[in-house]
Amino acid sequence: MTSHEELIARERQRDIRNRWLLSLPALLIILLAATGPLLVVLIYSFLTPGPYGDVVWKFATDGWFNVFFERDIFDDTLSFADANLSIFFRSVKLSVLTTILALIFGFPTAYFISTRPPSSRELWLFVITIPFWTNLLIRTFAMLEVLRNEGLVNTILIKAGIISAPIQMLFTDGAILVGMVYVYLPLMVLPLYASMEKLDFRLVEAGYDLYATPFQVLRKIIIPLVKPGMIAGSILVFIPSLGAYVTPSVLGGGKNLMLGNLIELQFGQGRNWPLGSAISITLMVIVMAALLAYVRNAGSAAERSHG
Amino acid sequence: MADLSAIEIRGVTKYYGYGESRIAAVHGANLSIRQNEFFTLLGPSGCGKTTLLRLIAGFEFPQEGELLLYGDNIAEMPPFRRPVNTVFQNYALFPHMSVADNIGFGLKMLGKSKDDVAARVGLMLKLVKMEQFAKRATSQLSGGQQQRVALARALAPAPKVLLLDEPLSALDYKLRKEMQIELKRLQAETGITFVFVTHDQEEALTMSDRVAVMSSGNILQVGSPRDIYDRPADRFVADFIGETNFLKGRLASLDGGSASIALNCGVSLTAPAPAGASMGDEVTVMIRPEHARLVAGNSESPILTGPLNDIIYFGTDTYFNIRLSDGTLFTVRQQNRPGEEGSYAQGDQVGATFPANAIRVLRG
Repeated sequence: MTSHEELIARERQRDIRNRWLLSLPALLIILLAATGPLLVVLIYSFLTPGPYGDVVWKFATDGWFNVFFERDIFDDTLSFADANLSIFFRSVKLSVLTTILALIFGFPTAYFISTRPPSSRELWLFVITIPFWTNLLIRTFAMLEVLRNEGLVNTILIKAGIISAPIQMLFTDGAILVGMVYVYLPLMVLPLYASMEKLDFRLVEAGYDLYATPFQVLRKIIIPLVKPGMIAGSILVFIPSLGAYVTPSVLGGGKNLMLGNLIELQFGQGRNWPLGSAISITLMVIVMAALLAYVRNAGSAAERSHG
Repeated sequence: MADLSAIEIRGVTKYYGYGESRIAAVHGANLSIRQNEFFTLLGPSGCGKTTLLRLIAGFEFPQEGELLLYGDNIAEMPPFRRPVNTVFQNYALFPHMSVADNIGFGLKMLGKSKDDVAARVGLMLKLVKMEQFAKRATSQLSGGQQQRVALARALAPAPKVLLLDEPLSALDYKLRKEMQIELKRLQAETGITFVFVTHDQEEALTMSDRVAVMSSGNILQVGSPRDIYDRPADRFVADFIGETNFLKGRLASLDGGSASIALNCGVSLTAPAPAGASMGDEVTVMIRPEHARLVAGNSESPILTGPLNDIIYFGTDTYFNIRLSDGTLFTVRQQNRPGEEGSYAQGDQVGATFPANAIRVLRG
């Protein structure tokens, strides 16, 4: 009598085993491709740098130590690694500013597209995605042409008689910011558009009808309803901004480093792979912490408004 | 000031589109809506009734004409400054706010204090019998409940005029009947002028103090439900409201206000002449099916005779379609009584009679 139940139990076990077997290749790839390199980076960060790059298999915490502190080469005194910390600070600052600016420019853009008649919306979305067709490096060099001393902006300003000598715009934090906003703006517009497209514009009319001014309608009705799109767009812009490499290296001219450049420096000229690895992991932790804080904050805000 | 209209519409025209292809959604509309009136804009879809309502609400602006609210021209005023509120067709409740927050929204925007808002919201919830739903999300409400919240939200700021854009069309039949009574009660209790848009003539006739019938951007007739039904101004109104028999004919003779009409089916009728008609004019005679009575073909000297084309049983009533000699069908609607089943059969030679005052003559 129990044999039947046993049979079922065995059947189910086999079923579960088969499922695991079937998903094994995918799991292996995920394990090797995603966690493998991360693990390598984590291990490297605890080794000793080799003389010509690479690592020597000897445990050391110097890599991690040097992320935050530095020892004076003459008197051995300990101090904060000001250079690294300022780069951390600049990276976070520029990424936050990029996200905010992308939101400021992306919001009206997405609103404009979602209020077009449905037939022309596709055309506008197509226009927004055109920059994606070109290599990032080329787009960044195009921005360099616009910003440099003999570039578009300065030439126009001089020709118009507004300034007499070119303004130094290139190789500043401002140039990096302009470049990053330009590069990442579509990543903000697309998710914003996706949530605005679903917005019922009769709710906007209802707001006007109930004595809300245009600004109040924006604040009390449109923004709360498109918040998911704002969150998604901000995440999509913030993460690549924080790790940006090409834009700061071209428009910042090697002086105004961001985290991506600092990491590259350690693996290249710096010949300090453990330090580079440690910075990489620090970057990842910053991103994850920022994301967690942001999502939790936004999520609870959304919940509250639904309560 | 007592006879000041709540809303006065003077020569209002609203075009959509540009140049050659522009269409007048509302064309030179003139209308005066009285204080505390339940006023209905009635017409088929696309007749401009919703556009007219949106012009009053301020979602659209007229290219021509004046729109007066208690004497002030509000034609150019943005919607958030107009002391009128709207109940939208699909309610348009704010999904990110609770029922109470929805109802309090207008008051909050008007800068009322927290206590005032809370007190008024409580009053409104009670008015629409939704007290126990204050904290609910609007997505947790049924269609009828959402409707009540939408009403409470629009009534909360005590608007001078409440606009209702086909608010009952999304509800099922029974709920619609309930809400019709509810709306009348709310109007009586609040004393606010209601402007109601519908394409449902039954709704318009049962609820309204006065009705304006619209067609392709024009207001054809304004009057009490009785006026509109019994004394339609033209053929469109007669056709749109209720069921009507139209019989074509010519004005054979005129004697003062009375005219003799030779119908195409060979019968002559005497009826009050339409204003401005002259001898020989083409006219249309209208007779409501329920004003006519069916009689056997050989009795009581029927006015119109012919074979029964078909019989349609309707539960409360039966429709008898008589084929007249010129081929047109004349419908008689009779209430069903017990024991009458099978009195007439298709093909029977029958007649129809009607009192003289059931006849109305329209020009054209």
